Amino acid sequence: MSVHKPLGGRILTAPFIFFGIIFLIGLYFMAQRFIYGMGAVSNLNGGFAWGIWVVYDVVIGTALACGGYALAFTVYIFNKGQYHPLVRPAILASLLGYAMGGFGAFFDMGRWWQFYEIFLPWNWNFNSVMLEVGLCVTAYILVLVLEFSPAYLEKIGAKRLLKTLNKLLFLFIALGMLLPTMHQSSLGSLLIVMGYKVNPLWQTWQFQPLLALLSALTMGFSIVIFEASFSTVGFRRASETPLLAGLGKIILGLLISFLLVRTVLLVVQGNLGHLFAGDRASLLYVIETALFLIPVFILASPVNRNHGGRLLIAAVSMLLGGALYRFDAFLFTLNPGVGYRYFPSVPEIMVTLGIVSLEIMAYLVLVKTLPVLHREEHA
Amino acid sequence: MKRRDFLKAAAGAALCGAGTAAQARPNLQPAEKAVGMLYDSTLCIGCKACVAKCKEVNHMPPVIEGDQTTWDSARGLSAKTLNVIKVYKNGTAASKDVEVNGFCFEKRSCMHCVDPACVSVCPVTAMRRNPLTGIVTHHPEVCIGCRNCMMGCPYDVPQFEYNKTFGQIQKCQMCNQAGVERIDKGQMTGCAEVCPTGATLFGPRKALLAEAKRRMTLKPGEIYNYPRGDVSKPYSHHEKVVPAYLPHIWGEKEAGGTNVMHISAIPFDKLGMPPLGERSPASIAEGVQHTLYKYMALPAIALAGLTYVVHRNTDDDNEGGES
Repeated sequence: MSVHKPLGGRILTAPFIFFGIIFLIGLYFMAQRFIYGMGAVSNLNGGFAWGIWVVYDVVIGTALACGGYALAFTVYIFNKGQYHPLVRPAILASLLGYAMGGFGAFFDMGRWWQFYEIFLPWNWNFNSVMLEVGLCVTAYILVLVLEFSPAYLEKIGAKRLLKTLNKLLFLFIALGMLLPTMHQSSLGSLLIVMGYKVNPLWQTWQFQPLLALLSALTMGFSIVIFEASFSTVGFRRASETPLLAGLGKIILGLLISFLLVRTVLLVVQGNLGHLFAGDRASLLYVIETALFLIPVFILASPVNRNHGGRLLIAAVSMLLGGALYRFDAFLFTLNPGVGYRYFPSVPEIMVTLGIVSLEIMAYLVLVKTLPVLHREEHA
Repeated sequence: MKRRDFLKAAAGAALCGAGTAAQARPNLQPAEKAVGMLYDSTLCIGCKACVAKCKEVNHMPPVIEGDQTTWDSARGLSAKTLNVIKVYKNGTAASKDVEVNGFCFEKRSCMHCVDPACVSVCPVTAMRRNPLTGIVTHHPEVCIGCRNCMMGCPYDVPQFEYNKTFGQIQKCQMCNQAGVERIDKGQMTGCAEVCPTGATLFGPRKALLAEAKRRMTLKPGEIYNYPRGDVSKPYSHHEKVVPAYLPHIWGEKEAGGTNVMHISAIPFDKLGMPPLGERSPASIAEGVQHTLYKYMALPAIALAGLTYVVHRNTDDDNEGGES
């Protein structure tokens, strides 16, 4: 007997229609991209070959989708079974986030009709970080589908298949922890070869994968808190604050590690001076660090950790900090050389908003029709 | 193994990984029979014959700006311009090869790196360095268009055709791409062939480097007999007064060196060259990747440990695991 149940209720709510309209606008520009080429809708150029489609949809989008990954560690490694109710909604959000990242990567591919070339072993270049990212993200999307499939199998009552799957699920759960460790760190490694183009405040060379991984885990836990708080308010469900409070302690450790590694590297790698340069990069670095420090101060107090509202502020601050860390490194402070500038075009932004809208719509439909959310005690 | 022990082991393995990753592989060395070009900015008169010839070889249209149809007006590299001549101007721009109140020309085209980042980052091996000649070629038939080569290239050389429905990456392939193969046929690059002053000189990298070093030793004001065309078999020479060369051969060492090298009388950062050290960033990135993924050993150990712990922890609960 499952401890999860569908929320039920109407599908065509006002928010759903709102996101539907944004999605349709995005779809219109997506069609243009496929008909006339990327230049017709995006401001990508010779120096900024990666814009928001890569940096937001893939690099930030998949980090925001690390909820399932972060929670899996808590539940299955640290054996905190009480978090189990949060796992399934987190897996769903991860699945949708990664599917969005995969889709984003596809329409950002300049030669999308040849996408399968990356799956042909005789093409593989094992020196390439991008190869690791491409294959590993694809594998993880498949793992997420399997991890989430019990929800669907319960719904259709496929008991035997469910039983078999449950017996093997431990293997997929383990893979579901290994694969994000690999590709989330690799997303940071992409910056290494970009060398001087990456601002010294963000170019940590061989420590890129470590910082990317630590911040991805932080973002993963934050999104679990964010989504749980949001379901509580949005769907008028009982608060899960006591559950979330415990996560706060783990996040505190991750945040302090991230800030410590970064600060030590800033000194050791001799880039402290850039922090006091008083330019745009140093300002962004300070804002980023503040966004990571706010949750440290909030979460340090047990009283705050048990306060739903403050917990949510901490989570949002961390999400913004993690997103800004990626935006800064890949876009905002990137210097590909004289003469190149980039700001996303309106159609480019609409495509991204359209995909995010699709993700939200899918989440709304699935939690209403499939057993995803935790059955409330008094229900 | 207890969970705590597993975590300790995992943390230990991670630290070892981070530690050894610091030791990246050394830079790649120049190919055995590397060919390249030497661009001497002080010889360049900005005639752009090389730009026109390059377009002819690669079947690319000129860039027209306004009513100006006499010259190709390309200002930078693009998917339609694989070689371009740029101008440095300062103050009154009165004299050539002078940094203050002077001017000079600078060529932009693929540098054919000895340790090319574009080759290192390409997931599908669509960028290749010829093991014999060191020429970096592009193979669109396997390219997925991820554009990591563009982000990795310190010179912003590879350019994507954004304005085509089915675009591709374009870059200089030293006139040796399939269908052109000038080098294989014993010819020189188009740009070197048409250069009237020998500012763009073709030849084996070793010979070009020797020629560049020789020029560094010349005294300003002396007369030197400059070769044109191919440094190993010049089709002609011309005499010219030696300028005040800066003792810097761009591409001898930058990011592992390049097969296309530049010399000049004006510092290269003024000419728009990027701030590069001697270490190739590709060597650092590959060092990290190969430390973490050597024989897939670390991922395999991690997976074994994770599987064991997850299996044990889900057994305690119920067989439901995830559900």
